[in-house]
Amino acid sequence: MIQADLIVILPEILLAVYAMGALLVAVYTIKDGMAPTLVWLTSAIMVFLAAVIITGGEGTNVAFNGMFVDDSFSRFAKAAVLLSGAAVLVMSQEYMSRRGLLRFEYPLLIALASVGMMMMVSAGDLMSLYMGLELQSLALYVVAALRRDSIKSTEAGLKYFVLGALSSGLLLYGASLIYGFSGTTLFSGIIQTAQHGSVSVGLLFGLVFLISGLAFKVSAVPFHMWTPDVYEGSPTPITAFFATAPKVAAMGLFARVLHDAFGAAVSDWQQVLVVLSVLSMFLGAVAAIGQRDIKRLMAFSSIAHMGYALIGLAAGTVLGVQSMLIYMAIYVTMNVGTFAFILMMERDGQPITDIDALRMYASREPAKALAVLVLMFSLAGVPPFLGFFAKFGVWQAAIDAGLMGLVVASAIASVVGAFYYLRIVFYMYFGGETDEQLDTHSSPVLWTALMGSAALMMIGVFYQFGIEGAAASAAAALVN
Amino acid sequence: MSVFAFYLFAISAITGGLFTVISRQPVHSVLWLILSFISAAGLFVLLGAEFVAMLLVIVYVGAVAVLFLFVVMMLDVDFAELKAEMARYMPLALLIGLVILMQFVMAFGAWESAHGAAEQLAQPIPADRHNTEALGLIIYDQYFLLFQLAGLILLVAMIGAIVLTLRHRTDIKRQDIVAQMMRDPAKAMELKDVKPGQGL
Repeated sequence: MIQADLIVILPEILLAVYAMGALLVAVYTIKDGMAPTLVWLTSAIMVFLAAVIITGGEGTNVAFNGMFVDDSFSRFAKAAVLLSGAAVLVMSQEYMSRRGLLRFEYPLLIALASVGMMMMVSAGDLMSLYMGLELQSLALYVVAALRRDSIKSTEAGLKYFVLGALSSGLLLYGASLIYGFSGTTLFSGIIQTAQHGSVSVGLLFGLVFLISGLAFKVSAVPFHMWTPDVYEGSPTPITAFFATAPKVAAMGLFARVLHDAFGAAVSDWQQVLVVLSVLSMFLGAVAAIGQRDIKRLMAFSSIAHMGYALIGLAAGTVLGVQSMLIYMAIYVTMNVGTFAFILMMERDGQPITDIDALRMYASREPAKALAVLVLMFSLAGVPPFLGFFAKFGVWQAAIDAGLMGLVVASAIASVVGAFYYLRIVFYMYFGGETDEQLDTHSSPVLWTALMGSAALMMIGVFYQFGIEGAAASAAAALVN
Repeated sequence: MSVFAFYLFAISAITGGLFTVISRQPVHSVLWLILSFISAAGLFVLLGAEFVAMLLVIVYVGAVAVLFLFVVMMLDVDFAELKAEMARYMPLALLIGLVILMQFVMAFGAWESAHGAAEQLAQPIPADRHNTEALGLIIYDQYFLLFQLAGLILLVAMIGAIVLTLRHRTDIKRQDIVAQMMRDPAKAMELKDVKPGQGL
């Protein structure tokens, strides 16, 4: 019994044991001297585990009395989490070590956060959901405050921590109401009790609190307030991490709770998600217009993108979950490339985040400017780049589910939001000369990430690397 | 008797909670919080969960609340200013609180558990064994995964505390055990013959 269970969670065990072992080795040997090695080793292990998960898993395996579910949905989400986490980790190494921020704990905290994210997307029980969520969040609070001598970074960590604790409280309160109603914390038990007769007020209360807690984690409006400050204050590689892997994990968890535990009450949570989605898209589009800081701008961009991904979830269908997964995969790829570029924005070795520094960038670095142009067009959802097809997918799912108003609202929001993406492109090509130019240095890792991500935005239109099929089977495994 | 005890503990828990929020002295707030914890422990005893009750007293009163007390006493925070800030938002907070309270009254007024929920509920006190023993069986067997994950979370908390606060200072002397053991009296001491009336 226990052996069969342990085999199901083998990838999680391997990553956790690696993190603990590496921690011991580093503490008893050369400490921070090992950090660069650990960064590469951690991302190698994460890529390896992703490969194992993609190729190895089959069917649906349930472990620990239903608390842990390994199906093609969780495998898709885990692969996206691990690959994007590994990419961001590799990108961060040079930036962090040049600023003296590369502590050996950093890659290990990222590894432990990844364990938490893997638990989140595999949760089959309200308690394992919470445990995974806390493991992930606690590690992220720490890395947000990693630059401890900077007031902004400390503020980011503290703000994230306090508001995160509040959202955990909301989530736990919702979980306790759901337990009170259904008498079990297992998703499979909750969906059974919800199927019998009408859904009671108590269960709906619990559901609303649970959604509020989860909406905080994906930074959907009105639970988004922490996002711009935390993105701005954290060291840039950490911001890049926040904008990628945890978002996938939180959306995966969101989908799992809504479909595994509340699949019988789609009409009850659909309206909540529609409101969250519309508000996120509009706030993300409008509030970013006044931003001059590219990290804050990306924070609002991520809020808006979560709004679009929530459209897929709000549809409440197989197609909806499938389009949401594809949206998240594309979003993560775009963000990895964009943050690779932001990490390269430096003047005299100091990081620059003001978008004015990009004026006439194209005349000095035509290749990089072109890659950024592709990424910005893709983020804005301009056809024929991949970002447009991501939006197109969720729209299709929403139309199928009869949510025409949501589609119209999101089309308007995406036109408004296109302004600030295109402004960056405008500055780069026609911005007028500035005497404060960015350095032309570029590390090979960042250059590869930027170019690779931009290339994928164009190649992906013709060839999807089997993501579509994987997402379809993942969605079919989740929704029933 | 047990009804009387229930109301006693319940009222003192609510009073403690109320005064935690409204008392002027932060130290008093912490003391009221301790009262609230102890009353909650009493409620657990009434439910027959004496192990959880003891945990609450030992962990929350013994460790957490005392830590709070230290933090409140050591931190240089201007609580009057914080209170003034709070007073500014008070009307809005009261309004939101009232709305939420009314919603809760509605939710609990119409409360009904799912059909068959009572059978599924975990039994707090199994008839055949001691509840501490039953708790151990559940934690180490049924909830084994959660228990291990809780361990990982505590590890992350520990790493976090060290990463964010530990500073290696170079200007302090550290103990070097090998050097201490390798000392020998012949090298460590030097005898000087000091003549009367002269210094060294």
